[in-house]
Amino acid sequence: MPNRTARLALAAALALGAVTFGTAPTPARAQARADLVVGMRLEPPHLDPTAGAAAAIKEVTYANLFEPLLRVGPEGNLIPGLAERWTVSADGLTYTFLLRPNAKFHDGRLADSAAVKFSLDRARGADSVNAQKSYFAAIAAVDAPDPHTAVVTLSRPDGLFLFHMATGDAAIVGPDSAAGNKQTPVGTGPFKFERWVAGDRVVLARNPDYDGPKPALERVTFRFISDPAAQVAALKAGDIDSFPQFDTYEALPQFRNDRAFTVMVGTTEGETILSTNNARKPFDDVRVRRAMAHAIDRKTLIEGVLFGNGSAIGSHFPPHRAGYVDLTGLYPYDPTKAKALLAQAGYPNGFDTVLKLPPPIYARRSGELIAAMLAEVGIRAKVEPMEWAPWLEKVFKGKDYDLTLIAHTEPLDIDVYARPDYYFNYKSERFNAVQAELDRTQDMDKRNFLYGEQQRVLADDAVNGFLFMLPAATVQKAGLQGMWLNRPVQANDVTGVRWK
Amino acid sequence: MRTRRLPASLVLGAVLTALVVGAALLSLAWTPFPAEQIRVVARLRPPGPEHWLGTDHFGRDVLSMILVGARNSLAVGAAAVALGAALGVPLGLAAAVWGRWGDEAVARLADLTFAFPAVLTAILLTAVLGAGAVNVVLALGLFNAAVFVRVTRGAALAVWRREFVRAALALGRGPLSVTLVHVLPNVAGVVIVQATVLFAVAILNEAALSYLGLGIQPPSPSWGKMLGDAQTFLFTAPLQAIFPGGAIALTVLGLNLLGDGLRDLLDPRHRSSGVL
Repeated sequence: MPNRTARLALAAALALGAVTFGTAPTPARAQARADLVVGMRLEPPHLDPTAGAAAAIKEVTYANLFEPLLRVGPEGNLIPGLAERWTVSADGLTYTFLLRPNAKFHDGRLADSAAVKFSLDRARGADSVNAQKSYFAAIAAVDAPDPHTAVVTLSRPDGLFLFHMATGDAAIVGPDSAAGNKQTPVGTGPFKFERWVAGDRVVLARNPDYDGPKPALERVTFRFISDPAAQVAALKAGDIDSFPQFDTYEALPQFRNDRAFTVMVGTTEGETILSTNNARKPFDDVRVRRAMAHAIDRKTLIEGVLFGNGSAIGSHFPPHRAGYVDLTGLYPYDPTKAKALLAQAGYPNGFDTVLKLPPPIYARRSGELIAAMLAEVGIRAKVEPMEWAPWLEKVFKGKDYDLTLIAHTEPLDIDVYARPDYYFNYKSERFNAVQAELDRTQDMDKRNFLYGEQQRVLADDAVNGFLFMLPAATVQKAGLQGMWLNRPVQANDVTGVRWK
Repeated sequence: MRTRRLPASLVLGAVLTALVVGAALLSLAWTPFPAEQIRVVARLRPPGPEHWLGTDHFGRDVLSMILVGARNSLAVGAAAVALGAALGVPLGLAAAVWGRWGDEAVARLADLTFAFPAVLTAILLTAVLGAGAVNVVLALGLFNAAVFVRVTRGAALAVWRREFVRAALALGRGPLSVTLVHVLPNVAGVVIVQATVLFAVAILNEAALSYLGLGIQPPSPSWGKMLGDAQTFLFTAPLQAIFPGGAIALTVLGLNLLGDGLRDLLDPRHRSSGVL
């Protein structure tokens, strides 16, 4: 009973308060907020970035909780992480990393070269569960000559080694805490883990003992909302301060028109492609693949799927990176030419095929539009929606598919076309030769030239349907600064975020 | 001879159902636009003189999609009910004849099917066999069969205890003959009423599965898929959800009213109520 009275009194007080505040003039600006709620579409399965491929893990932990030796900055450039400085030997085989002298893990233990050796050895070990073991495959030895110096020796040159050492998969973990990182992550970052409410949120708090510049925020909450309509509602209700990678593009105009919000549309590393099984008939015939390239109207696709928020690609490379070659004009939309090519390849009446689609909206929508476009030239593609687990199992691992559609979001991943067992079933001596040269090359200009060569080979072979770059749209409250515009690496780096 | 007025629910139900059937039949001959025609430049148009119910996010004509969707919904619903009745009614009749553990086996089998909700069974089946209208019909048909078994068996057991059946048996008629001549006509009413109710349930379940992407596959339009597509437009174009949602609601309402009305008409125990 007293409980109820109290509640009534509280309600009355609130009502009165509402009236008073409602009629009062705008109060003077309060002190800037020091907390942040970030919206995410998917909840991470666990919080160890070195033990899982799910992007959501890195989107919570990267740079915030865990630091690799180097970090990827907002524009895709390499910046210091746990290592202050680094040098590469002339032959490209010896990398020396100088660590921050006072770096500590959240449990107070020193983050020294022993931890670096432990982390890299763990990632490349036989029983490693790292999702990107190939990043560490070139390492021959890791040495710790003194507590602040780590020396990595490679068995062969690897042009992307530094970049790979800057991803979440190469985060430095503590020998004593690594085993528990999935549930209670212990890193060296400017934020430390506070709690995880399964199905709802992960909360990080500022690390008072951080040895680098302190972040402006005291507390960061990552909230997981999978339903697109609920995402819009949560933003409108003010429950979410910033929603990076917001993929309900049709809702962007209403936020653009609202002065309480800002909308940013940047780029991801997500080359969205119509993956084609190059080993399977009739897709083993380059004329068929070129016919499909001519049958797809990318402009309509970008309009229909992304509501105009995306750029077309003509090969497997993002336009914002150095080394990009614009090949979007190689196969202009031309259904007549597509039909002619199909006839040449022996399919004057087209053929039947199956287009398997993973769950994301962009994939489902693109698939529906592409099936309609292919039908125009006589290719009857049956659309088959799949859940993630069977898609990964059957399509990605099992290579049991004709066509599928997915965004490849790993940065600088054009090298997957050189992998012998990758799910495209693409084999090209020409491409592999360029890849081998790339692996030997450190010089940036030379590398960019070689990347251009690779793009040309892929476009010429029309390996996959090259569609568009997945945009990175961020919707957030006006007055928030420092969220990344682009998504050069899987991350929601909030270390530089502040309220105005 | 006594004339009775038809139950109100029957009339309303019949009118609504006729409307949906009419829309489905109309779609065979005519739709304002080809229902699968994509025109991205004309997307999300509000209702107007050209597109009476507007266009969806790919610029397809919503009215045309609703009309063809009616046909798809009814086809899947009818097939699921027909399959269920074809399996369930003979089994139910046979169970009533067999008695003992033949009956027991059939009844437990039906119970087992009931233990899983129809949508869950359908999701499981489409996960194994792949999505598509045929598998949806199969999944919903199996569930319906269990319902038909149970209903038919119950009604048939009651008929078997009646005097005229005993008389027929005493006259030397065999169980098959008694079933066909005496039992079947007496359970037909119950089966028909059950069929209309299951029809509505099947349409609802088909919509649910298509909403999840497991039912009728694009490019063929379905109400459930339209609802699923509309979900991200709830704040910008709410009509996208209201039209297919309304179509589903009216169809299910119509069939349920029709079922209620038929029950009132065919089942003597319900005759006192609901009469105009």
